[in-house]
Amino acid sequence: MENQFFVDSKHLSSEALAKKHRLETDPTSRKNHMEYLPGMEVIESDVCASVMAHMNAYDASKYTAADVRAALERDTCTVEDFKALLSPAAEPFLEQMAQRARLETSKHFGNTVYLFTPLYIANYCENYCVYCGFNCYNHIKRMKLSMEQIEKEMKVIADSGMEEILILTGESRTQSNVEYIGEACKLARKYFRMVGLEIYPVNTDEYKYLHECGADYVTVFQETYDTDQYERLHLLGHKRVWPYRFDAQERALRGGMRGVAFSALLGLSDFRKDALASALHVYFLQRKYPHAEMSLSCPRLRPIVNNDKISPLDVREKQLCQVLCAYRIFLPFVGITVSSRESAAFRNGIVKIAATKVSAGVSTGIGDHESKYTGKKADDTQGDEQFEIDDNRSLEKMYKDIAHEGLQPVLNDYLYV
Amino acid sequence: MTNDKLIIGGHEFNSRFILGSGKYSMNLIEAAVKDAGAEIITLAVRRANTKEQESILDYIPEGITLLPNTSGARNAEEAVRIARLARELGCGNFVKIEIMRDSKYLLPDNAETVKATEILAKEGFVVLPYMYPDLNVARDLVNAGAASVMPLASPIGSNKGLATKEFIQILIDEIDLPIIVDAGIGRPSQACEAMEMGAAAIMANTALATAGNLPMMASAFKNAIEAGRKAYLAGLGRVLTRGASASDPLTGFLRD
Repeated sequence: MENQFFVDSKHLSSEALAKKHRLETDPTSRKNHMEYLPGMEVIESDVCASVMAHMNAYDASKYTAADVRAALERDTCTVEDFKALLSPAAEPFLEQMAQRARLETSKHFGNTVYLFTPLYIANYCENYCVYCGFNCYNHIKRMKLSMEQIEKEMKVIADSGMEEILILTGESRTQSNVEYIGEACKLARKYFRMVGLEIYPVNTDEYKYLHECGADYVTVFQETYDTDQYERLHLLGHKRVWPYRFDAQERALRGGMRGVAFSALLGLSDFRKDALASALHVYFLQRKYPHAEMSLSCPRLRPIVNNDKISPLDVREKQLCQVLCAYRIFLPFVGITVSSRESAAFRNGIVKIAATKVSAGVSTGIGDHESKYTGKKADDTQGDEQFEIDDNRSLEKMYKDIAHEGLQPVLNDYLYV
Repeated sequence: MTNDKLIIGGHEFNSRFILGSGKYSMNLIEAAVKDAGAEIITLAVRRANTKEQESILDYIPEGITLLPNTSGARNAEEAVRIARLARELGCGNFVKIEIMRDSKYLLPDNAETVKATEILAKEGFVVLPYMYPDLNVARDLVNAGAASVMPLASPIGSNKGLATKEFIQILIDEIDLPIIVDAGIGRPSQACEAMEMGAAAIMANTALATAGNLPMMASAFKNAIEAGRKAYLAGLGRVLTRGASASDPLTGFLRD
């Protein structure tokens, strides 16, 4: 396959390289990505079928300017309206969409913008996802923080004033098991008001355990809802099982989590279809679990360690903005998070239109908050980053910049009950 | 008018405007107190649960009664826990119960609200439950020990006005507690109308928070609420229906 992703490392053994190449070139060497692995819980749910039926039938080219105008004039945005807003026909209406999106954001969220920071505690990974810096064939510095190291990182972050943290790991059950993550959550509850998780998908009882340890929000990115493309990008490991990943949010809610977050990684496949599926994933789950809090992210592909060629292709800032406005108009009540993958200028602009949450003081590496926050010289006990970030503003700077835009930065609006 | 006090749980207030908690900002609090004359300000406990240097509690002027709410609660048990936490945080004895099992429209769960009201009233809280206007539930809330009943006018944050007008009127007519209209009031004229109907007070937030000129809108609400209250106390003049009234009495034939 023609692509920007495959990179060989001279550190791999000839056997490993041979296996890697076989996975890349011979589809029959790969496991069935639609089949569950042993231990993966299967739940009864019709959400996936509903989402996929809409996505597969979506033809973005059939929508016209008249459809877009009608969508913008209607009080309540229907699924059909949303499809029109995501279509190329809506591109000339970007400013009108932004105006409407701003109105909806202000109705539901006022002028507040929530702040959080991610904390990567391990970057071991058992998967070969070809676009990801953590993939198991990428030669990077691997690391898993001990509880002492995690606590030290948390102290540094908490000292900066941050109150919400998102704990992340690479996707390795053996290196970072559920108990390890649970212990990290317990520590996080000491230092932060709100604890979210972005880890490999787990079963309902494991989500319940993690909730009891103090986590209340679960983020799982589906990466792409195009199952064929997913198969070509996730060549090895448990992450390759697409349907288990799809049902992760539903399992998390059944496990007692307050909220769940969704996203496709824009640039992996047809971004309009992926955006449609992401929003409908939220829409149908919200109808089934009306008490749950939901949020959407919208990451675009970024360069990674050992491969700076990776780019989000046809998803330029205008398209990203269109997707975010369409999300906001269709789902006015959901949170929208814009990460530090995007530039400071983009984030400053989008919080005035649609985004309600941004990260600050971000590192996607392992164990490097002290050196990044305090300027203390880094030692070599740090793990490499998952991807390159663009906006590296500190919490203090972000707080000031948001306030300067006439918005109100909020560090916490949450209570663990 | 000077003796016309709003009395909630034995506490007296001169102002009949209460600031809601939805969209907080320091400017909003300032305008609500200075320009709208608010004496009660709602505070989301979850929002006050912060280490932030700019704590909202520091911005509440002296003499203002805090009304912590239980937003974030999805059932009675969670609401009770949040209310107790509010008391521990030093927010006083007032509590507004908000229980939502719906993250889209944020509509209150009446059944759970009755349960929480009963528990908290017994613990000595002055309980103001936010509810969907249903007469039977309102009566249950009275029996559960509520200090007021707070029906919604339309979906929270919508600024759509008195969509539930007929049902709020029934509560005003049938319930002996102060009826405070909460959620959905988007314009001073709507606040005025609710007061003319006999509402005891108006709670609003979004209408001010999203206004072009915040202090001016706050003052407009103050005037509208006072006007509506006066009209209610004065007794509204009659409104003629089409065809006017018959000049020859229909009962003129009666001889004794």
